[in-house]
This record gives sequence, structure tokens and C-alpha cells, in this order.
Amino acid sequence: MKLKNFIITFVSAIALLLSTSVVSFAKVVGDKIVLGAAVSLTGKYSSNGVHTQNGYNMAVERINSMGGIKVGGKTYKFDIIYYDDESNPKRAAQLAERLISQDKVEFMLGPYSSGLTKAMAPVTEKYGVPMVEANGASRSLFTKGYKYLFAVLAPANLYLDVAIRTAVELNGGKGVKIAQAFEQDAFSQDVRLGILDAAKDTGSEIIIDDKLPKELNDMAATLVKVKQMKPDVLVVSGHTKGALTAIRQISEMKVDVPMLAMTHCDAAKLSKQHGKNAQYALCASQWHKTLTYKDKWFKDGMTYDADFTKMFGYAPPYQAAESSAALLVFKDAFERANSFDQKKVRDALAATDMQTFYGNIKFAPGGQNVSKPMVLFQVICDSSGKCENKVVAPLKWASAKLIHPVPKWSER
Amino acid sequence: MITIQACLDGILLGVLFALIAYGMALQWGVMNIINIAQGDLVILGGYIAYFMYLYGIHPAWGIIVSPIIMYFIGIGIYKLVINKVVDRDLFISILATFGISILFMQLMNFAFGADVVLANSGYGTTFLFDSNVVLPNSKIFSAAVSIVFAICLVIYMKKSKLGRAIRATAQNARAAKILGVDTEKVYAATFGINAALCGVAGALISITFTIHPYMGLPYTIRSFMIVIVAGLGNLPGVALSGMGLGVFEEFADYILGTEFRIGSVFLLLVLILVYRRFKLSRKREYLK
Repeated sequence: MKLKNFIITFVSAIALLLSTSVVSFAKVVGDKIVLGAAVSLTGKYSSNGVHTQNGYNMAVERINSMGGIKVGGKTYKFDIIYYDDESNPKRAAQLAERLISQDKVEFMLGPYSSGLTKAMAPVTEKYGVPMVEANGASRSLFTKGYKYLFAVLAPANLYLDVAIRTAVELNGGKGVKIAQAFEQDAFSQDVRLGILDAAKDTGSEIIIDDKLPKELNDMAATLVKVKQMKPDVLVVSGHTKGALTAIRQISEMKVDVPMLAMTHCDAAKLSKQHGKNAQYALCASQWHKTLTYKDKWFKDGMTYDADFTKMFGYAPPYQAAESSAALLVFKDAFERANSFDQKKVRDALAATDMQTFYGNIKFAPGGQNVSKPMVLFQVICDSSGKCENKVVAPLKWASAKLIHPVPKWSER
Repeated sequence: MITIQACLDGILLGVLFALIAYGMALQWGVMNIINIAQGDLVILGGYIAYFMYLYGIHPAWGIIVSPIIMYFIGIGIYKLVINKVVDRDLFISILATFGISILFMQLMNFAFGADVVLANSGYGTTFLFDSNVVLPNSKIFSAAVSIVFAICLVIYMKKSKLGRAIRATAQNARAAKILGVDTEKVYAATFGINAALCGVAGALISITFTIHPYMGLPYTIRSFMIVIVAGLGNLPGVALSGMGLGVFEEFADYILGTEFRIGSVFLLLVLILVYRRFKLSRKREYLK
């Protein structure tokens, strides 16, 4: 009986193995370059996972329809194999294995979020598979000495750096008093480290330094401290929940602070969910449609915005734009390498120096993009209550003037 | 002033917790079921209010609509799952409701998306003590509604036929059955009432805080803890320990820092469990 069970198990295991490996791809099938990607289509990151996928698809469609990729005198087209990583790092690492060892994918696109990228990077690194990612900004991704990881976005520690520097500038170059509240996850803690660096640089003082647990949606206690100690800048980073909670409680508790800077306002749809209460909030963003970067495929931000809206029915958040940019980087690297050799493509990626509609892209030795600054936009509402995000810093890209200090609640 | 602010914040928060905990105590006492899906029912109730808000109805109406819908959802869950585990071991029911919890999270994520959402009540703010103490009206509203619902429920339990049947079943299910109480019906109604309470609480949470498909568990844990502290048959106890927990959380947050807030709640739970030496398992208490 035992033997019989063993045989059944063995045979079904073999059958299972065969059934999954029949559909195996090679790196280049006919005229197709096959890229692998695990993105979060279900689970807690599913909204941003879908933005990522839409960004990838938009770029694939655009590059293919505009002549594809020319390597060795032949024209190729992009194709992507997607898997759903269920917003789960373990699953993401498994899928990376699967893409590489079963589907024989030789080039990868990144998942959504720093956490999942962190789970996948060791796998792609082990197999020497170049991965261009667009949604993992955590600083720790770029300090591990990965050779095959490239990120088109600015690292997390730079997200709110510009806010502190702007505040100091407006204070006549003198240091400011900073209050900060950060969620305890890899990304937000990196943003925090960036603030600590900026504070040290500018001689600013951190007077409140709170950490928000991830289950929490109440930051009243932090805000009470803010009311007491009257900092010049309040910095909050805790993904969409942090942004929404902060605006809700700041407006309800009428907390007056000259500058409020946050992350994830875009994803939280602040101006839509909170309307006028979100007014004057400063938000760090990787990209904004009004920036004047240009490229051949998407022309510029405004055109990208319009085309994306036409294709998917909603305006692209920066997560979609940076995902599209990842494909442009791959295309450029393939053409310069003029080969599908992973090593050569890797070297070509490392030597990338280009402008896309999303921004300039040039990789530091750690793999992060160092030539694209973060921008800050401010939520500005007109008298009819319609709110819009306007870029206010750095000055070079500003489309509106920063309103500083934020008017007191009693005067609004 | 800080002390007053933290106390008031904590009390308003605690009253809301107490409402959820009361539902849990009711169910626990009557059916001997610890409902791990409690928090997920709360979040589902919140989504009902949120969708009303999206369609231009003021989310405060959610406190009427949400419990009605949730009552029937509760009955549905009872008929599908809970009636099969109600007479079994406590462990089985924990597993079953844990499964329901996971299912609900995923379904909500699937149906409503993974975005964090909230409903704006536009209720404004109350300033006290020369505007040194600031209370959002939405929190005051939540606390008031919670109290009203709790009082109504107590009266209902004391006066109505079903209420008496529920209490009788809690005291001794077998005796109640012999005396002609349809315990099956009582169980279903209890589960429905609990779900309805969660619906009210959810609607209030969508007005005061934020909701997200995966945010249910902290509410389950807090209500579990309140029930452990207060005991099963003790509504004033539930209300008091709810408020106590709220105040404790606010002070822990203020003094130790926000990062220790949830941690200190757990520490308190452990201390109380040690202190009470699992009294609950030795002597089954009942709803008075």
C-alpha cells in the first residue's frame, strides 16, 4: 500500500513538472524579446501593481508599434510574461525563480514596492539576470553591491530631502525645527534617514521623531505634540494610509504648521478624497506631467498623460510613468549592446545616459538613478473648490509659486 | 491640557471599541464562539457607508443602512458556517472564523480594491479650554452613536422576547431548549445582531478614521482584549474597559512614543491574562 502511494505521488509529481515546463520560453522567441515580470495584481498592493502593469503595457505597445528594437540588423518586439505575486515577498521570490529557471526568461522587469523588489533582487542577481525596476526606491536596495539591478527612480532617501532644503532656504538659510512621523517599514524609514541627513547638512533640529506602527490609523497623539512644540516643518510618510490619516486629523484638529510635506499623496488621491482640507500640502513625487523632459516615443509628460488616459481610462500616477520608462531603458540598452548576451546587456544598462519623458536616467554604481531629482508639488485649490497638484520645487521645474507659510486654519 | 486632551481622545476612541467588543461578548457568551472575523465585519460595514458617501449620500446615514445589511450578512454567515461549528470545541470555531476573516479580506480587496479610503462627514471641530483641547466632532458623533446603540441594545435584551430568549440561552442552552426556546433561531439572531453592531462601528470608523480591506485585525484584537478584561456578561464593564483601553493607548502613545502604542496594548493583555489566571475558562460566565 505504501509503495502504491509512493508511486502515485511520484508519477503525479513528474506529470506536474512536465505540464509546467512544456510552455517554456527562451529569451528571444522568433522576433520577440521576452521579459519576465511579477507584479501585484491581487493583495494589498494591487492598485499600484495594476498601475505598474499598465505602465509596462503602454510602453510595450508604443515601442512595438514604432518599429521595435533593432539588434544585430534585425528588428525585435517586446513581449512580457506576467505573474501575480499576490503582494507577497515570498511569492515574488518564487516567481522570480520560476521565470528564470522554468520560463527561461533572461531579462526581468521589477515588481511594485521596495519590499517585493528586495525579495526578488537576490534571485535575479544569483542567476545574473539584468532587472530594470521602476518601483523599489528603498536605499538598502542600492547598498548591497547588486550588479544586475537598475532602478529608474530616485532612491527613497531623496523623497523629502528637497522639502527640508526648501524650508531652510525660505528661512534665510538658517536651520528649521522639524517634526516627523514615519511608518515602520523599509521605505518610510529610508525617507526618514534622508531627512536626518538633510537636517544635519542644514543645521536643522528634529524636535519630534515618531514612528507609526503599520496597523495604526490614528496619529492624534503626534499631532498634539506638534501643536505644543510648533515646528517649522511637519513631515509624514506612511504610504496612502499615512497621507489620508494625516490630512484628516490635521484638518479636524486644526493643526497649524508652516509647511506640511508628505509622500504618497498621488496614490492617496488626496485632492479627490479630501478636497480643500488637503490644500497647501506638499507632496514628493517622482514625476509630474508638467515636467518638460522629452523623448521620441512618448514626446513629453502631457502627451503621455493624454495617451495613457485614452488607453486605460484614468490619469497616470507616477508609478505608471516610471514603469513605462523602464522599458525605454531596456530598449536603449539592447540596441547599444547590439546583443542578447546578459553580460553585455548589463554593461550597456550600466552605461545608460538618456532622457525620457519621465526624466533623465543615469545609473550610479549601486544601480539607483542619480540624474533625476524628486519634485514637490503642492495641492492648490481654486475658489470653486477644485484642487490640483502644481509643481513648486525645485524652482527649475516649478509651474506655480510655493505658498509658504501655510495660512492658519482660522484664516482659511 | 495634554492630559485632558489625551483622556478625551482615549475615551471617545474607547467607546467605539467598546461597541465592537460588546458584540463580541454577546456572541461569546451566547454561542461560546470567539469571532476572529469581527474586525473584518467592521471594515465591511465601513465600506457600506463609504459607498453611500460615494453616491452622494451623507455617510452618517451609514449607521442606519449598514447594520441592516450587515444583519442579513451575519445571518447568512451563521447559516453557511457557524451553525456547523456552534456546538463544537472553541478551537474549531476560532479556526472557522479565522477562515471567514481571510475570505472576507480577500473578497473585499477583490471587490473594493486595495486603496485606503475614507468618508468625509464635514462635521468640523469643537474647541475647549481656550482652544487648548481640540476634539473633532466626528469622534464625538461616533462616541454618541455608540452609546445610543449600546443603550438600545441593553433595553432590547431586557424587555423583548428575543432578548430574553438570548439571555436564557446564554445561561443554559439546554434548559432553554427544554423550556421551548428555539436556540437555533437565537444563535442566528445573535450572530446577526453582532454583525449589525459591527456595521454601525464600521460606518463610524469610515467617518473618523480610514478603512482598508486588511485593517480588520487590530479591531478584533482590541475587542478581544476588552472582553477578556471585562468578562462576558458585563456591559458597564465592557464600556469601562473600552474607555480605559482607549485612554491607556493615548497615554502610551504620548509618553512612550507612537511606536510603542500597539506593543503596550499587547503587554497589557499579557499582564491581565496572567492576573486573571484564565478565570474565563474555569468559570463560564453568562450574560446577565
